[in-house]
Amino acid sequence: MWLVLSSVFSLIASLKFHAPTMFADHAWLSYGRAYPAWSHLLVYGFCIPAGLGVSLWLLARLGRVELARPWIIAWSAELWHLGVLVGLVAILAGQTTGYEWFELPRYSAVILFLAFVLITVWAFVTYTRRTVEALYPSQWFVLAALFWFPWIFSTATLLLQFFPVRGVVQAAVNWWYAGNLLNVWLTLVGLASTFYILPKLLGRSLQSHYLALFAFCTLILFATWTGIPNHAALPAWMPALSGAASVMSLIPALAVAAIVLLTVRGTKMSCGGGPLCFTRFGAWALVLVTVSLALSSLPVIARVTDYTWFGHGQTSLRIYGFFGMTILGAIYHIFPHLVGANRICPRWMRINFWLFMSGSVLFALPLMLGGIAQGLKLANPNVAFLDASKAALMAFRISTLGELLLLAGGLVLLFNLGAAIVGYYRVLCKTAYQEATEDLEPLGVKS
Amino acid sequence: MRSSAIVFLCAFIALSASWAGFVLAPQLQLGRAPQEKATGTESLYPVARPGLAAQGAEVYISLGCVYCHSQQVGQEGVKCEIILSDAGTNALATLGALARLDANLGKPETLASLPRVIKRVSTVAAAEPIVKPLTDAGAKAYVKVVPVGLDISRGLGRRRTVAQDYAYDLPVQLGTRRAGPDLANVGVRQPDLNWHLRHLYAPKAEVADSTMPPYRFLFEQRPAGKGNPAEALALPKSMVPEGIEIVPTEAARVLAAYLVSLRVDVPLEEAPFTAPPAPPAAPATNSAAK
Repeated sequence: MWLVLSSVFSLIASLKFHAPTMFADHAWLSYGRAYPAWSHLLVYGFCIPAGLGVSLWLLARLGRVELARPWIIAWSAELWHLGVLVGLVAILAGQTTGYEWFELPRYSAVILFLAFVLITVWAFVTYTRRTVEALYPSQWFVLAALFWFPWIFSTATLLLQFFPVRGVVQAAVNWWYAGNLLNVWLTLVGLASTFYILPKLLGRSLQSHYLALFAFCTLILFATWTGIPNHAALPAWMPALSGAASVMSLIPALAVAAIVLLTVRGTKMSCGGGPLCFTRFGAWALVLVTVSLALSSLPVIARVTDYTWFGHGQTSLRIYGFFGMTILGAIYHIFPHLVGANRICPRWMRINFWLFMSGSVLFALPLMLGGIAQGLKLANPNVAFLDASKAALMAFRISTLGELLLLAGGLVLLFNLGAAIVGYYRVLCKTAYQEATEDLEPLGVKS
Repeated sequence: MRSSAIVFLCAFIALSASWAGFVLAPQLQLGRAPQEKATGTESLYPVARPGLAAQGAEVYISLGCVYCHSQQVGQEGVKCEIILSDAGTNALATLGALARLDANLGKPETLASLPRVIKRVSTVAAAEPIVKPLTDAGAKAYVKVVPVGLDISRGLGRRRTVAQDYAYDLPVQLGTRRAGPDLANVGVRQPDLNWHLRHLYAPKAEVADSTMPPYRFLFEQRPAGKGNPAEALALPKSMVPEGIEIVPTEAARVLAAYLVSLRVDVPLEEAPFTAPPAPPAAPATNSAAK
């Protein structure tokens, strides 16, 4: 649901570039508020809760154990969503913190932190109760992700909001947090799902556990240093180190590519728009976005891509193309287990796949290409600034089309899952009704 | 990897390393950096923004201006020109010093037309050993430092911005995107408060091709002649309905005061530049907003 709302705000934001005068009389619909509302809802409203849901499922499934205290986890999830809602209202009302990817004010951040810690505790209890001793690669990724988020989130909350550090140190903390959230956390959870879904659906083992271990170690070792842009007004060693780490992040990406290739190789299974399609597309999007991150952190290329729409496109490709697709794959795989098979309409799932895939491609790639066009013009001091901005305008229009497709995809997902849940509960009610009436009938006969 | 302890250990080592690198280290390096003296003066830099501008920063943040406007200027290096402006009383000693520097310069013609550039180098450190023997010989020579780079040639600033420039900003609004121009020096480029007010109300009134959305909700409409006409914006007639005045709200005023206060025009030791001989006097950022 948050995904849909996020798309709506994203549309509002991008419409500003088509008709800047629209909504000029309403503060809460201005670009500077709609944009953070979009990113806030996308990350905190959709990515993290969906990622947590899939993580919990993986922990329970791989450990062959039932979730510990599911009611606490469910209420914590509600608490989380309350925190997201509070944050959204605050952002629209102008209470933003002013830090990108961390706009939620402190009262909302505290709620989110509490909810996450509660979920983490019971996730960990579930994990320790597992009946299968040996660990599967997905479990490493989930455990690391559960460990990662409280640390980075508390650091950001404390050092940016409660005891703010001075000057550009804030920017360093902000970029470190955003880099770890987007480039590490989302990747950890996404890959946990990929390494479970691919072998499971293909009916063969992951090729191989050693490669997965290698990808895991190099990912947490290198990607955690990414995130500081090349142009940052920080001591020069920081962007240099961060750029080097972005290049080194190619190593885990190549390992992921090898794992996917080796695992899929030789199987003649058509994915038919199902979870397999989602997952495979997501994995390739991850490889693509890591290559683009490595390239754009080279100073020669960063000179062109910095400050342009390129970065926005790149992040969108990571969130929608990699994480969104992978997690949707996992959701479509898990849902039939929860509400019973045949409740998900395969045709709508296929439509969802095509909408979301084309949407994320049409959203991200034009922004990246337009960003390059814009950057090439900006790199020439004789081209007027506005002419350079206009170079990206056409690409921007296409990307709005991508946003529309994503919105449609989100609606289809909502409809599909909603229908499945309604169907599930209807059957539950029917059975309950039947049971109830069965009890009654003998009574009726008696009287 | 069979044991969960190893997973946690790996994650802990990786995350604590980057935490130490990107959170702790900059805090130790910069977090308590004292004010510095601006090059060649006794005045401390930076100073906190004046009251109205500080309020305006809050409006800037709440409106999310940072998503389209960065506030940081880069540079790729500097050009240093060593300029001899006066030969001093002992021309022979000066010529001797010049000859040791470069045989071609040690001729009387060098001193014929002063001031003149006697050498160009690419760092300040390289320039100082050249200037020293000349001043020791009694001549007057100085180094003119001109930063070079894309942002500089676009006129976004005179020098790059450095950590020191943001010491009092909370939160800092460095920004990573330039959908609109960089604002680190917008107060230098456009010191007129009323220009900013008109531009906020209707960007196209000031910049014909502007892609910036108008911020009309920061302004009020009132019938003409109902208040002090000096408060109303002087907009083109086509943009205002007949008999109506556009009056900025408090939020618009402080925002404009903040924009005008954005100026990074003080040379620092780590980011030197030589100001042109007679820089225009900086307008007071606080008093101009009524």
